Amino acid sequence: MTVVSNQLPPLPSNADQGAKSPYSAVHSSLSKRHASERRFKALGLAAVLIGLGFVAILFTSILSKGLPAFWQATFTLPVTIDAKALSIEPYPQQNSGQTDAEYAKEVADWQASLAGANWARLIQNALLVYLPPEAARRSRDVQRLVTSSERFQLRELVAAQPDIIGQTVTLRMLADANVDVWIKGGIDRTLSDRQLPLTPAQRQYIEILQDRGVLNQSFSTALFTNVDSRSSPASAGLAGALVGSLFMMLIVIVLSVPIGVAAAIYLEEFAPKNRFTDLIEVNINNLAAVPSIVFGLLGAAVFISWLRLPLSAPLVGGLVLTLMTLPTVIIATRATLRAIPPSIRQAAIGLGASRVQTVTHHVLPLALPGILTGAIIGVAQALGETAPLLLIGMSAFVANIPSTPLDQSTALPVQIFLWQGNELRNFFESRTSAAIIVLLALMIVLNGLAIYLRRRFERRW
Amino acid sequence: MLESKSLERPATKAPPAEATVEAADPKVVARDVSVFYGEKRALHSVSIDINPRSVTAFIGPSGCGKTTFLRCFNRMNDTIEGARVEGKIQLDGRDIYDASLDVVELRARVGMVFQKPNPFPKSIFENVAYGPRIHGLARTKSELEPIVVKSLQRAGLFDEVKDRLHEPGTGLSGGQQQRLCIARAIAVSPELILMDEPCSALDPISTARIEELMDQLRENFTIIIVTHSMQQAARVAQRTAFFHLGTLVEYGDTNDVFMNPESQKTRDYVTGRFG
Repeated sequence: MTVVSNQLPPLPSNADQGAKSPYSAVHSSLSKRHASERRFKALGLAAVLIGLGFVAILFTSILSKGLPAFWQATFTLPVTIDAKALSIEPYPQQNSGQTDAEYAKEVADWQASLAGANWARLIQNALLVYLPPEAARRSRDVQRLVTSSERFQLRELVAAQPDIIGQTVTLRMLADANVDVWIKGGIDRTLSDRQLPLTPAQRQYIEILQDRGVLNQSFSTALFTNVDSRSSPASAGLAGALVGSLFMMLIVIVLSVPIGVAAAIYLEEFAPKNRFTDLIEVNINNLAAVPSIVFGLLGAAVFISWLRLPLSAPLVGGLVLTLMTLPTVIIATRATLRAIPPSIRQAAIGLGASRVQTVTHHVLPLALPGILTGAIIGVAQALGETAPLLLIGMSAFVANIPSTPLDQSTALPVQIFLWQGNELRNFFESRTSAAIIVLLALMIVLNGLAIYLRRRFERRW
Repeated sequence: MLESKSLERPATKAPPAEATVEAADPKVVARDVSVFYGEKRALHSVSIDINPRSVTAFIGPSGCGKTTFLRCFNRMNDTIEGARVEGKIQLDGRDIYDASLDVVELRARVGMVFQKPNPFPKSIFENVAYGPRIHGLARTKSELEPIVVKSLQRAGLFDEVKDRLHEPGTGLSGGQQQRLCIARAIAVSPELILMDEPCSALDPISTARIEELMDQLRENFTIIIVTHSMQQAARVAQRTAFFHLGTLVEYGDTNDVFMNPESQKTRDYVTGRFG
């Protein structure tokens, strides 16, 4: 064997390439193809950046407005529980001749008598210690510095611990909503006295109390522990809405996850593929796209008018949200089941596993992360739903925490909606944003849970 | 009338020498089996007798119906929407399409190994133990262990995996996974093992191991293998059936089918002229 040539054939010169090379068509189209690729990439990147930009704007706007609401103007005052100022009877003592029942009645009467006492006076006295003497004549102005619900808090405190009568206790009391907004600079100070919600005297007192260190901005748990309030906006909280939303979440999880997953498993693994199941599939997909307010109408018609379930109850809200979440859960579960390789099913069936065994032993464990993710995202979506709840009366003002799903209640997004419409705009603007932060935090927790569960159950083999 | 038909020998006649060897009853008897996928007929009246304790190979070009026919023996076609099987298949004289026969029981008696290794995403032990467990052959771990060990030994895999029985089966190499699937299939002691191109996704060394394994397994099991490789059929099978366009063209002793085929079509195929 002889080496004919140890050289490779010469490369075509550039001049050749342009005119003669058979690849000239390819070559000439290359720059166009690369350009379109670059355009496409740039468009995608731009879309991502725009999306991120909007998210950033949303979060900065909500956080900057909402975070200050967690800190509220609060008085820290030594309050003397003076029985004379209150004009209340001393706490009853049990006489030797008295039965327990009689004594209990006497205690109850005493507690009832507290309602008539002048608690505002007590708070006023505590404030007057720090104020100039002429303030004593402006009791209205002084009393209105503290939000009205604190009187009732004080009454509850004394009713629960009668032995503090006559003592001096240091209490933290929320300032009135207007005081809070004034301190935070939410009120235009150039307005005339007639337009300002605070009198000149009140403004002066606020300054004095701040200087004396009695009135401070401090972290307030009122937002979480209190229920909504109209008479005392400063103490309005989310507790009722949170519990109502929690009940609804539980109902949605308990109903929509098992029903949705079972329906998806049946449709995907057992149902024959025919016109009828096709029709069902199309309808489920359509249901997922139905505006949520329609589910509210349905809920009002079926659960309230026909089944006579109570208005504004988390049970009804949960049922309506379940209807809304079901298609999402079914679609997500079916997609997950479809993604399980058929070879796994064949392996199990080939070994003689029944269809149910195939599904429960092999398909479901593999599909679990996807199913959980779908379910949690569906539930998170339900958590933020407002429109259907308005139609079943959950937008009513409810000033107590529901103890069962049948009690009247509101829900987090509805509470946001209600606060957004409150006439005390400059106070509730930040309150609304704070409630949105709470809702978003819950959503993030739920989505985080979805990610955690997916990681936890995903089989990495 | 039907009775006499079912006793008839298949159309393709076996060589006389072979007939004396297979004096024993055939393990599987298929008569006039046709399979339809919706309107399309995939298999045309195939009749065949499968000898016990031997390897029978189904060969033929793609789409000739050999896999379709294989899947009739454990009624895997039942799971395909719109598939319909006509004709009669008897396993040890019992009609497997009989309404009184439970398909789960049938599949315990007829194991299957698939084209692509498909171990469960569970441990090696659990893969092999799954069949015995669902069929109630063994309940406790101590009862299962000898079955698992024996099955892995028979599949020639035990020595390679004995230290990692509780590691995932999907972490094995392709060839090991396929042997794991064979171990899983034989753990329920089936009488008949169906293998659907078991080596098509494997390298030559793994293929050789599996072929060797088939040779050992035929002492205890009846094996039907579908293969695209004629060399493989020649190496492992005692009898070979050649399918073309949904019909059984020729069936006989492997040597005869390859060396001295009766049909011109078979001759063309085994000499590589088409397919």
